[in-house]
Amino acid sequence: MMSPHVILRVVAKVLIPLIIVYGFYVHFHGEYSPGGGFQAGVVLASAIILYALIFGLDEARKVFPPYWARVGMALGGFIYASVGFVSLIMGGKFLEYTVFHPDVAHGTGQHIGIIAVEVGVLTTVTCVMIAIFYAFAGRTPEISDEDW
Amino acid sequence: MTVGQFLPAALAAHAPVLLVAIPLILSAPAAALKSGRAAWAIALAASVAAFLFAIELFLATRGDAPAISYALGNWAPPIGIEFRVDGLNAALLMLLSASAILALLFALPSVEDEIEKDKRALFYSAFLVVLAGLAGVATTGDAFNLFVFLEISSIPTYALIAMGAGHDRRALTSSFNYLVMGTIGATFFVIGVGFLYMSTGTLNMADMAVQLVELRGNRVVEIGFAFILVGLGLKAALFPLHLWLPGAYAYAPSFVTVFLAATATKVAFYAIIRFSFDVFSVGNGFVLNSFTYVITPLAIAGMIIASAQALFQSDVRRLLAYSSVAQVGYMMLGLGIGTQAGVSAGVLHLINHAMIKGALFMALGAFAISYGVRRIENFKGLGQALPVSSAAFTVGALSLIGVPFTVGFVSKFYLIQAALQKGWAFAVVAILISSVLAVFYCYRVLVNLWVAPRPDGASRPVQRVPYMILAPLLVLALMNLVFGVNAEPIVNMAETAAAAAFNAGVAP
Repeated sequence: MMSPHVILRVVAKVLIPLIIVYGFYVHFHGEYSPGGGFQAGVVLASAIILYALIFGLDEARKVFPPYWARVGMALGGFIYASVGFVSLIMGGKFLEYTVFHPDVAHGTGQHIGIIAVEVGVLTTVTCVMIAIFYAFAGRTPEISDEDW
Repeated sequence: MTVGQFLPAALAAHAPVLLVAIPLILSAPAAALKSGRAAWAIALAASVAAFLFAIELFLATRGDAPAISYALGNWAPPIGIEFRVDGLNAALLMLLSASAILALLFALPSVEDEIEKDKRALFYSAFLVVLAGLAGVATTGDAFNLFVFLEISSIPTYALIAMGAGHDRRALTSSFNYLVMGTIGATFFVIGVGFLYMSTGTLNMADMAVQLVELRGNRVVEIGFAFILVGLGLKAALFPLHLWLPGAYAYAPSFVTVFLAATATKVAFYAIIRFSFDVFSVGNGFVLNSFTYVITPLAIAGMIIASAQALFQSDVRRLLAYSSVAQVGYMMLGLGIGTQAGVSAGVLHLINHAMIKGALFMALGAFAISYGVRRIENFKGLGQALPVSSAAFTVGALSLIGVPFTVGFVSKFYLIQAALQKGWAFAVVAILISSVLAVFYCYRVLVNLWVAPRPDGASRPVQRVPYMILAPLLVLALMNLVFGVNAEPIVNMAETAAAAAFNAGVAP
């Protein structure tokens, strides 16, 4: 069946890759300018949500299965906490980033630590946003309107 | 004792943070799993690890050993976030992790009975986050960090309570009620912390304590204290801020009720002690007055009114929930007395009440799983059908009343002693009235359990109680008796805790 929303579909197909790239830009630029994992996660999730709005929830579920969202939410927290455990294993205190790199003067270890932690935040925020969207969009009313 | 007596030194040096971080990180794999049993095993492993670290911290802070400070990320304390463990929170951490282990043993059969299959892994994952959050509240030495951990523990708690909806849809409204009230409580707490930050310029509790000595009589600080007390009082279910508790305890899954009754309000209660006697101190006239003229009357009102309300409940879990509100009154009365003996009695009752209510709610879980009943009139004749669980329930009930040779007696004894030292005869009268009411509401259950004959018709078959439930239940019931006869270990624990709360307040 031919969809009536050709323009919307074409524009969305152009926009979605740009949104994703912009999301990653916000993420990796988070140390120097406003941004970071949280904001980037919302931007990335908005790409999937736009896809779902234009092409339908079932198509979006094929692109990004709900099970990924569940695993991703946990994975993000796991990444964040693991950074702490890695720093412990490398001989520092919990979440002590300086141990990640010998160049203490430039704070290279701090950069590495923050980026790694933010990857965790990014993963969780993206997946939580998508999961919330799926939960609302996929909700079937328990009692249909006619049964009232 | 120094660090590294019990665990290898490399682990012991990081014990304060690992105690919180291990349950937190393990909650992630538990959530990603599909099998409830595997998630349960992970949860148990995390709780056992937490318990080992708690023992280590407890041994390291016994007597007058200095507090253990751990700087997160190696940022030095007044500015960076600090985890700080002394005799007060070490005792709480022991209680918390031991309750988690016992509750988890109980959980395996109980959760399989009550929770849908595909939700079990998430259920255990949420439990681990609650455990990490509560442990975080108990270890952190940073006022704002405490708020964060309070929220970390609260949000999955709401979800856990709502999971009781499979059995009883009222769990949803109870959970929502708790969500609204809990959020208000947390907001009040954070507003109070904001006031303190505004006037002291620090969020570190030890540093704040030093600054606050000079700010005595400052109205902003006093308002901050009031906000903190109300916020934490809501979380601790201090009468009349307890309205969320009966519903939450009555409709949550049995396992959640067992764990929450033993720990959640206790941790909020700990935070009240920490703020009132360590960050602030009773030397501050405003703090002492608010305890004497606000907390004490409320505590006494709670002890009597909530006990009276318990008399009229037909659902046994609601009955015990109202009794919990009354027991919080006892603990608060200990604080209201405002002396070291009073705080010690409060902490003692905190530990004892965890054992009492843990045993009682677990016994109710055993009845629910084997017979599927919760209302008092359905308990008729269950004593003969399930003698062991009923005996454990009876021990818990006697301990709740405060019969000699149970822990309930020990804590009431110390509480009365502390009240008499202060010359508060009215407090003693209130304790006795509340105890008499406890006799009546326990009698209602026990008489149905043991004396009333089993109704002939319509009796459902009684299944055997699984050993996984009987074992932790018996351990808790025996603890009620053992520590009731030989109270020295827990009394020492409580006295060390109270001493830590009082001495830390006058530090440098």
